[in-house]
Amino acid sequence: MFTYAFFQHYWWFIISLLGGLLTFLLFIQGGQSMLFSLSKTEDEKRLLINVLGRKWEFTFTTLVTFGGAFFASFPLFYSTSFGGAYWVWLIILFAFTIQAFSYEFQSKPGNVYGKKTYRSFLFINGVVGSFLIGVAVATFFTGSDFTVGKGNITDIASPVISRWGSGWHGLEALLCPRNWFLGLTVFFLARTNASLYFINRLSDEVLEARSYKYMIYNAVPFVVFFLAFVISTFLSEGFAVNEQGIVYMEKYKYFMNLIEMPLVGIFFLLGVVAVLAGIILSIVNKSFKKGIWITGLGTVVTVTMLLLVAGYNNTAFYPSVADLQSSLTIFNSSSSEFTLKVMSIASILVPIVAVYIFFAWRAMEKNKTDIQDVNDDSHAY
Amino acid sequence: MELLDASLVNWSRGQFALTAMYHWIFVPLTLGLGIVMAIMESVYYKTGKEEWKRATKFWMTLFGVNFAMGVATGIILEFQFGTNWSNYSWFVGDIFGAPLAIEGMLAFFMEATFISIMFFGWKKVSKGFHLASTWLVVLGATLSALWILVANAWMQYPTGMEFNPDTTRNEMIDFWSILLSPVAINKFLHTVYSGWVLGALFTVGVSSWYLIRKREVDFALKSIKIGSIFGVVASILIIATGDGSAYHVAQKQPMKLAVMEGLYEGEEGANIVAMGLLNPDKRYDNDEETFIVKMDVPVPKLLSLLGYRDADAFVPGIKDIINGYTLSDGTVVPSFADRQASGTLAINALKEYKLAKEAGNDSLAAEHLVVLRANYNNFGYGYLEKPEDLIPNVPLVFYAFHFMVALGMLFLLIFSLAWFFHWKKKLESQKWLLWTALLSIPLGYLATQLGWVVAEVGRQPWTIQDILPVQAAVSSVSTGSVQLTFFLFLALFTALLIAEIRIMMKQIQKGPEDH
Ligand code: HDD
Ligand code: HEM
Ligand code: HEM
Repeated sequence: MFTYAFFQHYWWFIISLLGGLLTFLLFIQGGQSMLFSLSKTEDEKRLLINVLGRKWEFTFTTLVTFGGAFFASFPLFYSTSFGGAYWVWLIILFAFTIQAFSYEFQSKPGNVYGKKTYRSFLFINGVVGSFLIGVAVATFFTGSDFTVGKGNITDIASPVISRWGSGWHGLEALLCPRNWFLGLTVFFLARTNASLYFINRLSDEVLEARSYKYMIYNAVPFVVFFLAFVISTFLSEGFAVNEQGIVYMEKYKYFMNLIEMPLVGIFFLLGVVAVLAGIILSIVNKSFKKGIWITGLGTVVTVTMLLLVAGYNNTAFYPSVADLQSSLTIFNSSSSEFTLKVMSIASILVPIVAVYIFFAWRAMEKNKTDIQDVNDDSHAY
Repeated sequence: MELLDASLVNWSRGQFALTAMYHWIFVPLTLGLGIVMAIMESVYYKTGKEEWKRATKFWMTLFGVNFAMGVATGIILEFQFGTNWSNYSWFVGDIFGAPLAIEGMLAFFMEATFISIMFFGWKKVSKGFHLASTWLVVLGATLSALWILVANAWMQYPTGMEFNPDTTRNEMIDFWSILLSPVAINKFLHTVYSGWVLGALFTVGVSSWYLIRKREVDFALKSIKIGSIFGVVASILIIATGDGSAYHVAQKQPMKLAVMEGLYEGEEGANIVAMGLLNPDKRYDNDEETFIVKMDVPVPKLLSLLGYRDADAFVPGIKDIINGYTLSDGTVVPSFADRQASGTLAINALKEYKLAKEAGNDSLAAEHLVVLRANYNNFGYGYLEKPEDLIPNVPLVFYAFHFMVALGMLFLLIFSLAWFFHWKKKLESQKWLLWTALLSIPLGYLATQLGWVVAEVGRQPWTIQDILPVQAAVSSVSTGSVQLTFFLFLALFTALLIAEIRIMMKQIQKGPEDH
């Protein structure tokens, strides 16, 4: 049971789950991207910032953990993609770097650049962070321009294992419309989730009413781009691998993965239904405030399943269009069996982490937040 | 196919150094100030006195401002292994990635969760729960330090791994020997204590400013009491573990030790240089004097004693390491030329092994594998060209090391005096001491940065000691891209540092508030 292949699958599942959690938690970015439109007065802005500001660390930390876990379990992806699609990742990193201090600094005296600057940083992080992460993940389905030659290490003059073809170092991904589809899907989903979160957290009539409107404004394009991405992906060829590890193009590969892995297919559908259900229930029943939990759970499940489709069932999760055989699969890019085992043992502690996060969150969020709470809080932003 | 160019390697190194050193401005204060505020909150919990809560909250505000910057700079470092050191990430990622992942899964989440209770939970959770959260934030921060330092220590002293020629990388075979490597444990302790020293200096220094201004006297005296005791303890610990660090360097990285001490010619019963002025014309292959002026530590044979726990042990100098030498216990260490030849053999054997495998000739592959295994401990030398490649920047490491040690002694003195005068209830009249304490805050930052310069510059050219030099570790991006990101980081981080310092100063001017 505990074979090498088992651990490779286990870790791809963890990566997928982290990806799902991250996409849900990007509601923080979604909220930041509406900072200048959803809220009009200064009090409203402060309120939004404070309800977001108590949670931003979770998104950030999930991103960091996603990176760390990817490095440890599939190091060849880490070295190929980060070193190759250099500019996409660095722009994402920049966008998150400028978030990390902006909550803490914006209302402190002596912050040099003024409130407005820090809020613009939050806005940029909200837009660029969510969109580009979507674009980067889309390349798992559309492919990138790289080659891998592990033997290159013996070439003293140029010992480079992974090489990127395009001089744009990742930005060329923006030439492919399917990458845009997923980028925009993630962007509008983040904003939809943010609206639901505000509906759940805020005790402020004006903002609540506006959040409902914004939810609809964002849910519609979200659904459109989601369908565009899913349909184009399911109709397109996919990157399949055979027993010998040879990569080849297969028609309808991603759609077939759903059929051939019925559990993944079913959960994918359930996830999509939950995403929509949370939104629709919130619209038809104004006293129902828990839509964020249903849509959020749906987001986690859908994205996790989508990533499983990219990596399971003999599929290359990081395909190369420059040289098919350089494509990365969960088998040829993973850590050694021993390392995966060690980390699997460490990962047993993760449920404990999840439990204390849950209780801590509960302890802090018994009541909704209004501007009075913000004004009373000595550490408010 | 692009050839590797030296400027790419140097800009990538520069970018790593820049971002790491910025991260390291904020991390040590997090580690040290965290303990200070947690101790104060514990006192508040026990005594129930409002003034302790006031003090706790004051230091906590400064902690928060600083913490945010630690987080902002940390994310860059993590992804930078992939973006700028991609070869490295594959070649050793199997070992190096694991601590990083565990750090994220366990330590960062602990911090992120409890920090929001610590800041926003004063009125929402019970006093005990709040205190526990504060301590858990500190524990989380310290655990983050543990895992990354395990990773760093492993680069200085690789253990618990084996090279796998089929995957072309090093693979972990023994997790505990990586986690419990004596280098890792010592490094962890020394580094965390350096954060404590800085936290204590910060507390005592800022409080001294209030005393100079005759403001918040009661609060300041209370803070100095805690800060100075904590500082004396931390200083003793840092000197003790500093000795441990030097011992491990002597054992595992003799070149680094020789450079730290400016030792060109090895000696038996070697002395430690207390301070000296290096002769800029000195090279490993000429006969110039090493020092223009030099003062030895008055205890003879101390370097042999500290480095080898034997007063008469032979300590190899830079020349010996290039030319080969024999240790007092009879171990023979080959010359640079021999190790370079052996490294070249290893690299070629790997190439031949792969060709034989591809051709399906397993017996030939097995022959090459024997050669590879026999020479693998010199693998990285095959990438080096000339003996100079093996020698780190001598003046930088030498001065950094000596200033760090001198500052360590100075801090112990300052804390002891502050404690003494506080105990005699005469602190407020010792204006000179208050000023000294205030002015040593920047010196504390200097000392911890110098420590990293010793550790990291001193291990050049290696990213992984003896296995992988920097030029074989780097990503293949254009030098221009790295330059651009370098300057972007420089501009962003510098702008932020300015804002951070100003915010801190404003908060300090405002003083502790009543809630
Ligand atoms: C407040 C800061 C501070 C102070 C006062 C000292 N150190 Fe230190 N030192 C550090 C902060 C530091 C550090 C930043 O934490 C380093 C960098 C890397 C590391 O492991 O710790 C370090 C590294 C470091 C190294 C290099 C370790 C390596 O290459 O792996 C040695 C040999 C010493 N120290 C020795 C000492 C001695 C003998 C001290 C005597 C007083 C001392 N340090 C004081
Ligand atoms: C946060 C504190 C740290 C500081 C201040 C620091 C400092 C430095 C400096 C000054 C350099 C440049 C050396 C040179 O080429 O002249 C460097 C390089 C490097 N350091 Fe560190 N370092 C720190 C932590 C770490 C840690 C924890 C790791 C690994 C886990 C690490 C890995 C590296 C790597 C990969 C390089 C680039 C390659 C090289 O030049 O060797 N550093 N660091
Ligand atoms: C070069 C290697 C390093 C990497 C890749 C790295 C990575 C990171 C990352 C990603 C964060 C943000 C975590 C979050 O989301 O909360 C962070 C924060 C932190 N890091 Fe580092 N780090 C490095 C060096 C170090 C060193 C040498 C130490 C301590 C000895 C350290 C201690 C901490 C601590 C205590 C934090 C918590 C935040 C703060 O202090 O402000 N890190 N680091």
